[in-house]
Amino acid sequence: MVTLKINGKSQQIDVPSDMPVLWVLRDVLGMTGTKFGCGMALCGACTVQLDGQAIRSCVTPVSAAAGKAITTIEAIGATAVGRKVQEAWIALDVPQCGYCQSGQIMSASALLARHARPTDADIDAAMSGNICRCGTYGRVRAAIKQAARSASTSGKGAKS
Amino acid sequence: MTPVSRREFVTVLAAAGGGLLLGYRVEGAQRLMSPATTAATNFTPNAFIRIPPEGRVTLVMPQAEMGQGVYTALPMLLAEELEIAPEQIQLEHAPPDNKLYANRFFGEQMTGASSSVRAFYEPLRRAGATARTMLVAAAAASWKVDPASCRAHKGVVTHTPTRRTLTYGALATRAAALRVPDTITLKAPKDFTLIGTPAKRLDSPSKVNGTAKYGIDVRLPGMLIATVAASPVLGGTVADVDDQKAKTVPGVRQIVRLDDAVAVVADHMWAAKQGLAALAIRWDAGPNATVSTADIVQGLAKASETPGVTARKDGDPESAFAGAAKKVEAIYEAPFLAHAAMEPMNCTVHVRKDTCEVWTGSQVLSRARAVAAEVTGFPLEKVVVHNHYLGGGFGRRLEVDYVAQAVRIAKQVDAPVKVVWTREEDVQHDVYRPYYYDRLAAGLDQRGTPVAWTHRIVGPAIIARYLPGAFKDGKDIDAIDGAVQLLYDIPAIQVEHVRHERHPQQLCRGELHRRARRRVVAGPGGVPAGSAGQIATGAGRAGPRGEGRRMGEANATWTRARRFPSLQ
Repeated sequence: MVTLKINGKSQQIDVPSDMPVLWVLRDVLGMTGTKFGCGMALCGACTVQLDGQAIRSCVTPVSAAAGKAITTIEAIGATAVGRKVQEAWIALDVPQCGYCQSGQIMSASALLARHARPTDADIDAAMSGNICRCGTYGRVRAAIKQAARSASTSGKGAKS
Repeated sequence: MTPVSRREFVTVLAAAGGGLLLGYRVEGAQRLMSPATTAATNFTPNAFIRIPPEGRVTLVMPQAEMGQGVYTALPMLLAEELEIAPEQIQLEHAPPDNKLYANRFFGEQMTGASSSVRAFYEPLRRAGATARTMLVAAAAASWKVDPASCRAHKGVVTHTPTRRTLTYGALATRAAALRVPDTITLKAPKDFTLIGTPAKRLDSPSKVNGTAKYGIDVRLPGMLIATVAASPVLGGTVADVDDQKAKTVPGVRQIVRLDDAVAVVADHMWAAKQGLAALAIRWDAGPNATVSTADIVQGLAKASETPGVTARKDGDPESAFAGAAKKVEAIYEAPFLAHAAMEPMNCTVHVRKDTCEVWTGSQVLSRARAVAAEVTGFPLEKVVVHNHYLGGGFGRRLEVDYVAQAVRIAKQVDAPVKVVWTREEDVQHDVYRPYYYDRLAAGLDQRGTPVAWTHRIVGPAIIARYLPGAFKDGKDIDAIDGAVQLLYDIPAIQVEHVRHERHPQQLCRGELHRRARRRVVAGPGGVPAGSAGQIATGAGRAGPRGEGRRMGEANATWTRARRFPSLQ
């Protein structure tokens, strides 16, 4: 039995301690927004956040996630940064087939939470592990920048 | 806005079978809607539109959404003529039905070759206009006024002189009682408000919050998860399986043995994967045990020395070469390629006593249904297939091998089972794009301008297997398409296809390799577009890099209209 805190809610789950978080989310809890792409941390489709860090859930055993805050695509919109990222993604129509986009958004949100105004190099470093077979990389980069601008604008608005 | 799964509707459609021949007639539409679906008050003028008395208008999508945007473009076509706003609609995946949902380029329900908008541009506009005409007629009848004095806009019919209004929902029951009009008037392009405008993708919101449902996301009560290992050599079989260890993995429920694969059925994918890793499978590699890529390339190279079927001939290449100042020759090889869609192959199947239900993502839903019927032995009408968003198609999901395999596994499982391939399995058992071996030559004049061009493509004829009706005069349009549509205006051109299917050691199933179309926009003929420039620029022409290509582009003649010459 392991206790996981997922999207702010703690739950006791009876799974083997070496079971990757990905399969707990998808097959045990039915949270299918997080995607299976490779099972080897090669594609980024399974990206979730663990205490705000983007991690590959397909190679992260539940034992390593116990006691930490797991955030998934289903709840990232509840964070200010996540909401901005989703809005920018929609505004620029980033997704095509969309299968990798949960992972892209989780990585991008983790980046922007850390770096409010990321440079191209920051974006490359944070996003290079998320592959997209449709080739949406150009729009992913543009949307990250738009989300950053939007966050900084709304931040100023809040102060005034 | 998310496509909703309306199982009742799908079941009714599927069960209606031949009745759907009348799908475009309201009598037929009314007959197929059973009281259980409260369809008595729904307005279903055709197979693409369903207007309930309350709630959103449902548009049924005949083509699969795999990222190319058809779930935005096709609704625009319907909404333009139906006079409804995109935010007033919801989308539903069409059930398998070649009669109702065929793409006219292929004569079946197939999504591919960048054809969706061209194929459905007029049919969907007609479907929308028919419904709009009937809704206006229903409104006019209820007000006892001339339909010409009424106007439809954003889901509301207005009697212009008196400003009276009725919503489409309020008109649904009355419209459903009307005859489908024999003639309708499509909007003039100058009056378009949606077509030709930049539109936001309707599927974006669901794809940024995790709610978009792909085949792999299917969940059913009591569903088990399986993963599979097929014979690593095509044509091989399972000689022996030691599953003692696999059965001890917590969560593993069952080991399913097929003649050419072994599947582990479990409570979740983690257990299934561990179970698969714990299996000791001994394979009989079969007749292809020793075939190598080198053997295949050697066969292609040898075949390239013989003439093939002429796919295009302009002028007299032979004399043009004889008169050329310089001849440049090149061989281009295109390797076997996996499609590698982001969503690994998967298919969920529930085989019951005399019915089979399938959930997957497919570019060819009717083929998925047909293969499930074939494997189960059930009649077609006992097989229901639900489509989903595709996590990439690229031509991989034009094949139904993964559906057939999942049904074979599910036949042995007493529960719904979702078969998910690991990434390793997905790449190893992709239906690869074939290896092509292209022999090209260009004759250049004194100035370095190409005056003669020959292109011999050597490889299999995929279309002969996949769309035999489109394989005419020995020409495989998939192999030659890009090459015959050479972008350069060269006076003497010859394009040939040498069909090379078989390897001497090939003994299994009539095919050595499974081969498939792959998303390569110019097909294997993408080679000449680039190589013409390279040959003219780099090898032939003494001048700055790029000059030859510019020369070529200046004379380029786009011939896109010639696409699908034999399918139209």
